Amino acid sequence: MKQGFTYLFRFLLYLILIAPLLLFAAYAFSTRWFFPQPFPIEWTVGTFQRVVHDSQTLSSMVQGVGIAFLVSVLSLLLALPAARVLGLRKFRGRQLAWLLIFIPSIVPPLAVGMGLNILFLRIGLAGTITGVVLAHIIPTLPYTIFTLSSAFARFDENYEFQALALGASPLQIFLKVTLRMITPSLVVAALFAFLISWSQYLLTLLIGGGQIITLPILLFSAASGGNPATIAALSLLFVAPPVLVLAFTARSLNQHGNEIREQY
Amino acid sequence: MRDKFIFSSWISLAPALTIIMVLLGASLLYAGAESLGYVSVIGQNEISFDAYRAALDLNSEFWVSLGFSLWVSIASTLISSAVALALAVWLSERRGNTDTLALNWNLAFPHLVWSVALLLFLSQSGLFSRWAASLGLISTPAEFPVLVRDRFGIGIILSYLGKEIPFLSITILSVLRSQAVGYDVVAENLGASRWQRLRYVTIPQVMPALIAGALLVFGFIFSSYEVPALLGVGYPKALPALALRFFLDPDLRARSEGMVISLIITLIVLIVAVISLRMGERKE
Repeated sequence: MKQGFTYLFRFLLYLILIAPLLLFAAYAFSTRWFFPQPFPIEWTVGTFQRVVHDSQTLSSMVQGVGIAFLVSVLSLLLALPAARVLGLRKFRGRQLAWLLIFIPSIVPPLAVGMGLNILFLRIGLAGTITGVVLAHIIPTLPYTIFTLSSAFARFDENYEFQALALGASPLQIFLKVTLRMITPSLVVAALFAFLISWSQYLLTLLIGGGQIITLPILLFSAASGGNPATIAALSLLFVAPPVLVLAFTARSLNQHGNEIREQY
Repeated sequence: MRDKFIFSSWISLAPALTIIMVLLGASLLYAGAESLGYVSVIGQNEISFDAYRAALDLNSEFWVSLGFSLWVSIASTLISSAVALALAVWLSERRGNTDTLALNWNLAFPHLVWSVALLLFLSQSGLFSRWAASLGLISTPAEFPVLVRDRFGIGIILSYLGKEIPFLSITILSVLRSQAVGYDVVAENLGASRWQRLRYVTIPQVMPALIAGALLVFGFIFSSYEVPALLGVGYPKALPALALRFFLDPDLRARSEGMVISLIITLIVLIVAVISLRMGERKE
């Protein structure tokens, strides 16, 4: 009896977790699904094809992926040296450094976006990819640093000394020892920087100023008054990358999942 | 040697810290300047507190929105903390990692998408309304209760519950699972009842982490724009939605008021975050 309850509860929990995907699929791939019908009767891929082939959807996805890729690479490049120092060294001012890195993860994107909007209008970065990428780095950088510095906290530098003693060059040591050892965390950090940028609405809106259209912006305006099938199709496209990433990184998330949490 | 260490440490930190300080510092500086009426676009260069006076006027919409935002953030935070505590305790009595994996799954749905899903589930012509109709509970969409885009922010609260319950559950679970010795088992051996164990052992153990997490959740909800903009109504507006409306107003003077509101939101969030950080430190 008690066992049965446990299974039922688990089943419900898992059902709630996949419910959004089922819902989007039902709306996106059905047609003439009128009011009192509890489930779709006629299925079609027409709507989905129309949405996917729409030039605006396509360009928004290309731009979104491009921006997220740049944000991810830049965040890693900026985070690597900082995370190494924070993970391995004790030095004066370490607390201050942590605090400075922590702040951008809590300052609301609203305030950052509104302030940067004015600045970027002045220096000509508003409405450009560069401007949007720079703005996205603010929420992604703290998370990449957190993730990588916890990897470096478990890192044993003696492997590097050993390689040095065996005559490896600094570049060889970095590529073949350091990078190899932190690869799992590096992958998680890169993927989540990508996802945080991919799903960013407000910063893109305020800095992109209608010039840079990404999928969240299309989805938001569709959801404010479009038809359900289009909304559902856009939602499926929007969640495809996070769903794939989650499926592949599920294991390592037990370690890092809650570090990423909110911004995203 | 030690000095050299400090020096090289800061050099490694410099790129990241520079980017953060320049972008964040400049954005807050500009926001502050604009809130003081320093709108160079329309050639107004005098510092004035007009925008603060207008925004904080007792008859202004600010107070309505502040009340609405506080209601939504506090209700969402309290309900999700309570549910998360119950869920985490229940899950911690069972072994296996599958449930943590399942809870992490909600990361796959950003707040925006999760809100869109609620819209399709709960609107008057949505899925649940259809189900109610086919069960004969209602006959027209209009009879279905208004659960999203409602005056009381029910839709907004439901949306946050869906995202924050898993987040807080994972936070609590990780505390419960990191206990090396089963204090719970010790208490049981000493004759504590199930309720006593929960009240005197489990809850005090997880409280610091739960409060720290709940404060972060509060700060996030209080300052986020997408969910209330999608699932809320025109009046009362959530504070961030009000700030953005002022900011995007064609009348450039209204922008100052938007800035004032956004700075007040930021200040509140920073204070809450500092308290949260203190709580988190006490945990260690």
